[in-house]
Amino acid sequence: MRLPGKGLNQGAKPVTFGFNGRHMMGLEGDTLASALLANDVHLMGRSFKYHRPRGVLTAGSEEPNALVTIGTGGEQDPNIRATQQEVFEGLEARSQNCWPSVERDVMAVNDLAAPFFTAGFYYKTFMWPAAFWEKLYEPMIRNAAGLGALSGEADRDTYEKAFAFCDVLVIGSGPAGLMAALTAGRAGADVILAEEDSRMGGRLLAEREEIGGKPGHAWAAEVLAELEAMDNVRLMTRTAVTGAYDQGTYGALERVSHHLPRRHSLRGSHLPRECFWRIAAKHAVLAAGAIERPVAFRNNDRPGIMMAGAVRAYLNRWGVAPGERVTLFANNDQAHRTARDLHDAGVHIAAVIDSRHDAPVDGPYQVIKGAQVCGSAGRQRIESITVRSVKGEEKVQTDCLAMSGGWNPSVHLTCHLNSRPQWNREALAFVPAEGAVPGMVTAGACNGTFSTAGALREGAEAAGKVVEALGLKSAAADLPDAEDDPYRIAALWAVPGKGRAWLDFQNDVTVKDVKQAAVENFRSVEHMKRYTTQGMATDQGKNSNVAALAVLADATGRTIPETGTTTFRPPFVPVSIGAMGAGAVDEGLKPQRFLTSHGESDTRGAHQLEVGLWYRAAYYPKPGETNWRQSCDREVTLVRNAVGICDVSTLGKIDIQGADAGKFLDFLYTNTFSTLKVGKVRYGLMLREDGFVMDDGTTARLGETHFVMTTTTAAAGQVMAHMEFVSQVLHPEWDVRFASVTEQWAQFAVAGPKSQELLNGLLDEDVNSGTWPFMGCGEATVLGVKGRLFRISFSGEHAYEIAVPARFGAALFRELLKRAEAMGGGVYGMEALNVLRIEKGLITHAEINGTVTAFDLGLQGMMSKKKAFLGKAMSTREGLMAEDRMRMVGLKPVGAAKEITAGAHLFTPGDPVERIYDQGYVTSAGYSPTVGHPIGLAFLKEGPDRIGETVRLVDHMRGVDTLCEVVSPVFFDPEGGRARG
Amino acid sequence: MRIACPLCGERDRREFYYKGAALVRPAEGADLETWHEHVNLRENPAGPLDELWYHELGCGSWLKVTRNTATHEILDVELASEAGLGGEK
Repeated sequence: MRLPGKGLNQGAKPVTFGFNGRHMMGLEGDTLASALLANDVHLMGRSFKYHRPRGVLTAGSEEPNALVTIGTGGEQDPNIRATQQEVFEGLEARSQNCWPSVERDVMAVNDLAAPFFTAGFYYKTFMWPAAFWEKLYEPMIRNAAGLGALSGEADRDTYEKAFAFCDVLVIGSGPAGLMAALTAGRAGADVILAEEDSRMGGRLLAEREEIGGKPGHAWAAEVLAELEAMDNVRLMTRTAVTGAYDQGTYGALERVSHHLPRRHSLRGSHLPRECFWRIAAKHAVLAAGAIERPVAFRNNDRPGIMMAGAVRAYLNRWGVAPGERVTLFANNDQAHRTARDLHDAGVHIAAVIDSRHDAPVDGPYQVIKGAQVCGSAGRQRIESITVRSVKGEEKVQTDCLAMSGGWNPSVHLTCHLNSRPQWNREALAFVPAEGAVPGMVTAGACNGTFSTAGALREGAEAAGKVVEALGLKSAAADLPDAEDDPYRIAALWAVPGKGRAWLDFQNDVTVKDVKQAAVENFRSVEHMKRYTTQGMATDQGKNSNVAALAVLADATGRTIPETGTTTFRPPFVPVSIGAMGAGAVDEGLKPQRFLTSHGESDTRGAHQLEVGLWYRAAYYPKPGETNWRQSCDREVTLVRNAVGICDVSTLGKIDIQGADAGKFLDFLYTNTFSTLKVGKVRYGLMLREDGFVMDDGTTARLGETHFVMTTTTAAAGQVMAHMEFVSQVLHPEWDVRFASVTEQWAQFAVAGPKSQELLNGLLDEDVNSGTWPFMGCGEATVLGVKGRLFRISFSGEHAYEIAVPARFGAALFRELLKRAEAMGGGVYGMEALNVLRIEKGLITHAEINGTVTAFDLGLQGMMSKKKAFLGKAMSTREGLMAEDRMRMVGLKPVGAAKEITAGAHLFTPGDPVERIYDQGYVTSAGYSPTVGHPIGLAFLKEGPDRIGETVRLVDHMRGVDTLCEVVSPVFFDPEGGRARG
Repeated sequence: MRIACPLCGERDRREFYYKGAALVRPAEGADLETWHEHVNLRENPAGPLDELWYHELGCGSWLKVTRNTATHEILDVELASEAGLGGEK
């Protein structure tokens, strides 16, 4: 019910919103919860386990009950707290965890079966028979579990992430936070003030009190106006600081557009849903306030039973009275303000029940001292409570019970770096330990200081310390007068008696469940939590954990500090995966790298293959070719018989220069490069420090002090980092510099018997075996463009690689194809390239798999005995040169047209197919049109000594079991005459 | 976590690649036992540890970072090129 003339949003624009299909009016500035209460809607959701009717309990992010779903399809957002969701014109929200409606929920039968669902019921009930678990129990539980649901469609919303930097991050904008921000801001520090609410002011918006002779909210507004005018202060509303991390890094979630209608007609320009901030702050002031805790008594979860502080917030901030006959149940003085404020607003106070005999009497209403509320009645909303006092039990008619068991300081962030909070006996609360987070100071209610004057003072002091540490001059803080009442409280966690008394409202954990856990010896608070699921819901037990451990302490005969708390972990409020992973969707997660030939390859219908982030053409189907093998065979044959063109630009290219460049390469490679003549290329092998092969490739010497290295596509980044490591960490004294030029050059293989003829029509220079001998390199001019030519071969044919600046790549590719096709050749893709190199026994990272040595590859001759190189010492270990290692060989099928598959394992015929009899494995395989049968490369125990033997090849994945002959890994032209000629 | 790169200033740890302990490389002629220890054996202290970090998304410097493994406190950062990790030449 909205009270005329009350609240801070008077005169706000009315808006229409929907809840479960019913349309109502709210005011701008309302939360969904305040707007529903204004319309006398208390029933907002159903509980998790028992499907009990539930109303709103709180007015903040700790809300356990009033969770709703907003949006549909790809925009569906479940578990939105009605206490945080702002209403706007056209908002449509609906209850969750209920069917067919929140009023009539068939799953409410669970409540009747409650004795069955006690603590640990999963572990006890679903034990037997074991076979039922997978087929019956688990699907049943999964179906019933969870609160709101996702639509199953891809999220259509956009998210952002951002970094921010400041001298001081002030967390919370209540009196302590405002005072801290003001003190730091006036001193000239860079301040970020983060507030999770849509409006700054904290409890000052919810209380009727004066600061410096003005209403608290008016004082807050003045401070905010001053802060807003400062260039060095940034105010961030709707921004919850979610975690404290090392070196002053904080995570924060900004709800950017949850409060705005979605405008998909403006898609592309609309705001993100949320933004996840990483804030690097030199200092932080935590002024996060406190969360009021409920009291456990029988049926304390009925709609209409709310936190006393929340009732004041609805009244004083939003002008809403949550009932017409309100009762209050408390164990502390502060809660009596609820009765006072409601009474002053003209709401009838049916009774104030205080568990203390010395409770204050603040107004002309009945105060029952030394009494407790021991039960409630009503169906979908509270109708009455039962009060127990020395005079016995009596029933009091009420439609809203405000309760308060005291306040829990929000110590969460102070515990994120492993600190444990300390028990304060006077405040009956856990408070932060000193120095819990380096660089963070705490102030106000989160520190256990509950008066407004105390909060203002601590806020100013905290900021004062920070200002001093920053070396700034602090303008003396003028502390305004404010309420400074002592915080009088007596312990009251659970009212004794029969029936179910709720602790964790969201996960349906009762006092009985916690006691049951203790009886079954789950005495550690961490065990109790997991056994009962206390604090494991989306609210993480913000308002229930302390009471639960107090009950546990009582049940186990320990004190509360002896019992301890569970571990506080980030995030403080739920953070959507979309926000944390902002930007990392589709191409944002996996950028696409395209070759300069990509467009032409696409035009020709090439099938693209992902190679790391690169897209490379796998094969180019011709009309009539119905599968890739036909295309691949044709492409292999055209290279062997005429000339083929292939884009090889993805190979890493590293430009290396300097007086010590030769020395540097000698150290990186197992073989020698300092003796390489200018204008020549050499194949090299790199090891890791442990002696295993890291990468291979060719390096060309373009000048006395100038080399260009190529790496494999897969290892380009790794090799670059490795070279930086060697030059910076191991040999900083060498004069050498290098840079990746992979993307600066487009490079194409021109391979086949007609390659020289093709180039002779294209280059300005005359290409013959005298000017460009095998393994020669140098500058060449391509149709007037300065490029480079390398006479190297990965196919075993007479071949070249021609490189031009990348901007000429597309044009050169088309020109090369035109000329090749005119000569009976053409383009070839990765599949053909792979077959060509397997035919020649040349290796890729399929072979260099991290477990092979130069010896295994038959390349031990490349390990120089004359010089030092990285990995040399360890490569000489006995085991790395052992004859019985798995070493590279070729395989061909015994008999006609059998299959060889990569990944298959090899066995001696007659041995069982078991791991201990494993003789080796196949790394590369393909069909060779050149030799007319399948071929493979494999690592086989004592491989080269077994040439001519028969091995059994088994591939369980593809159902292959066949016999192969061990052969040399070079299937074609073993003398290499074709490449050299 | 934030690391103060000597060239770039304080940066978020996401800009860095972590390699492991910063060890002095044995001399070329060292015996296999020494190499084995260098390559395979590591101290795992709960406290200060010299580590190598690569400022991959920054200036490309390899850094020797002294970090308390128990608290993540960064005690010292220097360029690895000035840390004498290459060993006896």
